[in-house]
Amino acid sequence: MRALLEVEDLTVAFTRRGEPDSVAVDGVSFDVQPGEIVGLVGESGCGKSVTSLAIMRLLPERGNRVTGSVRMEGESLLDLSDAGMRERRGRDLSMIFQDPLSSLNPVIPVGLQVTEVLTRHRGLKKDAARREAADLLDRVGIPDPRRRLDSYPHQLSGGMRQRALIAIALACTPRLLIADEPTTALDVTIQAQILDLLKQLVAETGTALVMITHDLGVVAGLCDRVNVLYGGRIVERAERHELFRAPRHPYTHGLLGSIPRLDGPPGEELTAIRGSVNDNLPWTAACAFAPRCPRALEVCTASTPEVEEHDGRLLRCFNPVEGS
Amino acid sequence: MLRFIVRRLIQVVPTLLLLSVLIFAWLRSLPGGPAAALLGDKATPEKIAELNTVLGLDQPIPVQYVKFLGRALTGDFGNSLITGQPVTAEIARALPATIELSIAALLIAVVLGIPLGYVAARYRGRPLDTATVIGTLVGVAVPVFFLGYLLKQWFAVDLGWFPPSGRQAVDIDATHVTGFAILDGLVTREFDASWDAIVHLVLPAIALATIPLAVIVRITRASVLDVMGSDFVRTANSKGLAPSTVRERHVLRNALLPVSTTIGLQTGLLLAGAVLTEKVFVWGGLGTLLADAITRRDYPRLQAVVLLGALVYVLVNLLVDLSYALIDPRVRVR
Ligand SMILES: Nc1ncnc2c1ncn2[C@@H]1O[C@H](COP(=O)(O)OP(=O)(O)OP(=O)(O)O)[C@@H](O)[C@H]1O
Ligand SMILES: [Mg+2]
Repeated sequence: MRALLEVEDLTVAFTRRGEPDSVAVDGVSFDVQPGEIVGLVGESGCGKSVTSLAIMRLLPERGNRVTGSVRMEGESLLDLSDAGMRERRGRDLSMIFQDPLSSLNPVIPVGLQVTEVLTRHRGLKKDAARREAADLLDRVGIPDPRRRLDSYPHQLSGGMRQRALIAIALACTPRLLIADEPTTALDVTIQAQILDLLKQLVAETGTALVMITHDLGVVAGLCDRVNVLYGGRIVERAERHELFRAPRHPYTHGLLGSIPRLDGPPGEELTAIRGSVNDNLPWTAACAFAPRCPRALEVCTASTPEVEEHDGRLLRCFNPVEGS
Repeated sequence: MLRFIVRRLIQVVPTLLLLSVLIFAWLRSLPGGPAAALLGDKATPEKIAELNTVLGLDQPIPVQYVKFLGRALTGDFGNSLITGQPVTAEIARALPATIELSIAALLIAVVLGIPLGYVAARYRGRPLDTATVIGTLVGVAVPVFFLGYLLKQWFAVDLGWFPPSGRQAVDIDATHVTGFAILDGLVTREFDASWDAIVHLVLPAIALATIPLAVIVRITRASVLDVMGSDFVRTANSKGLAPSTVRERHVLRNALLPVSTTIGLQTGLLLAGAVLTEKVFVWGGLGTLLADAITRRDYPRLQAVVLLGALVYVLVNLLVDLSYALIDPRVRVR
């Protein structure tokens, strides 16, 4: 089967006059199969958002350089004209963002923010678009959808806003949805509801989902495959059960050690990864994670680990945790 | 909405009261009273004391204030010490001139300023934007009266394109109905009179508009840039909307919020600028009344004109708040 999305060697550098370029995403490659749910996991600042914005071509117009390739159904998105990309955005691939309040326009009704994507891509007339929008709000679990069309974003709760954004993103049944930490800004109980909703909707519509999160707990119940990102590079990729059963990269291992497990022995201690991203070394001559790594060897600070792939698992590490 | 307006109007009353106290106290703390100014060279301490008794200025200030307030509530602000005429009548005669000038200036500033700021933001960093930014820097820095004299010298005296002063040519002999020269011409169908008034208005209005124009351009530009970087504009783009839809539906309306606040604040400065502009162009409005009143310490006139200015300022900012409520649904109007 041909991949729905193929990201190859994607690199994003932010350029600022008088300063060296800062590379936020550094040669990232991954793919997404039709209908698949793929996780993109890593802590704050590792380049998750920049990766997704680069795929959507929503990075600021100036001040950055994007190289590598992004193909959707074989077509190179980075080579499309602006108009061609706009044609696809919202129709073939769409995105939901972290902060549902600031992601909605505060001064126009929610209804218009749903219908405008329907009129744009599905050519619906005003009344038909309104009916369809009410249906969509209903499907994402917003009560009294007809009345809600005339509400303004500030009149909805946080969870309702994110539901509305999901309705907007799925309005044209895209084949790919990128969700950038869609639950981070929400209460824990609401988080679970939104994740369930997403899971159910993508299953119904056959939409593939790229789930971006810093929370392996989110990944656990959702993703088919998981990419672990560190310092702008993928350090480990595995099928979900494999990853949780036997994390090989010390960073993944650390991430897993820092979330509580229901099936763990009682009194099990949670371990946090020591240090912070500020300790990172440049990838050019070392493993960026080495200063924080409990398994670091001399070689880790002396040369760059390359990716190796075996048994369907991808790994970038000189001294991985033993598989079991 | 109506209740909101009424409540805000009621709030105006204590504001004006407090202001009247301040103005009253401030005027009487200035060196040299009206008696000295009126008597000029002939002033002797005895004569000054005598005149102060006639004017009622020998009484304690609180007593003076209560008397002033009592009469002011009936619309009587006393007689001008310069002309001896009722201040209210003087103001009524001068007011249309100032309103005409201020509205013209504000119109120029808003009608040019918002599109200019918007276009500058759209072409950010390009020569057009750079030129606009430099232009507005000059615009906010140039003193009103200096610009007024320059315009007058170049376009009235040297080139002769516009009249150098006044509101209407004397030989036009226009009929005055409302006191608004342009409007009067339209009402009485003396279109030449209207046209003549417009020609007279051009230079002073430009001089007065310059600073608010520059400020509005800058605020609009900054506001549009700010909104263009916001999350909801990114959402709009993620829907694949046409750039024009994103700009008109999502950027512009949000960007206008800070602009409307600025317009309100600028009217305060506009009133101050009008005084200077009217002086340069011998406009004969409130500014002229005020300028004379200051040099001659004409307390009644000063009190009335300053209070009127404050009232206008408060009302304009009420309008701004209403416009906010219209643009932004988050502003609850209770
Ligand atoms: N517009 C920008 N200009 C310059 N640097 C940027 C810009 N956007 C992001 N970066 C940098 O790129 C790096 C990756 O940022 P990114 O937003 O992708 O992180 P993230 O993984 O999404 O983190 P988070 O969990 O906090 O959202 C960061 O170091 C950030 O400072
Ligand atoms: Mg992010």
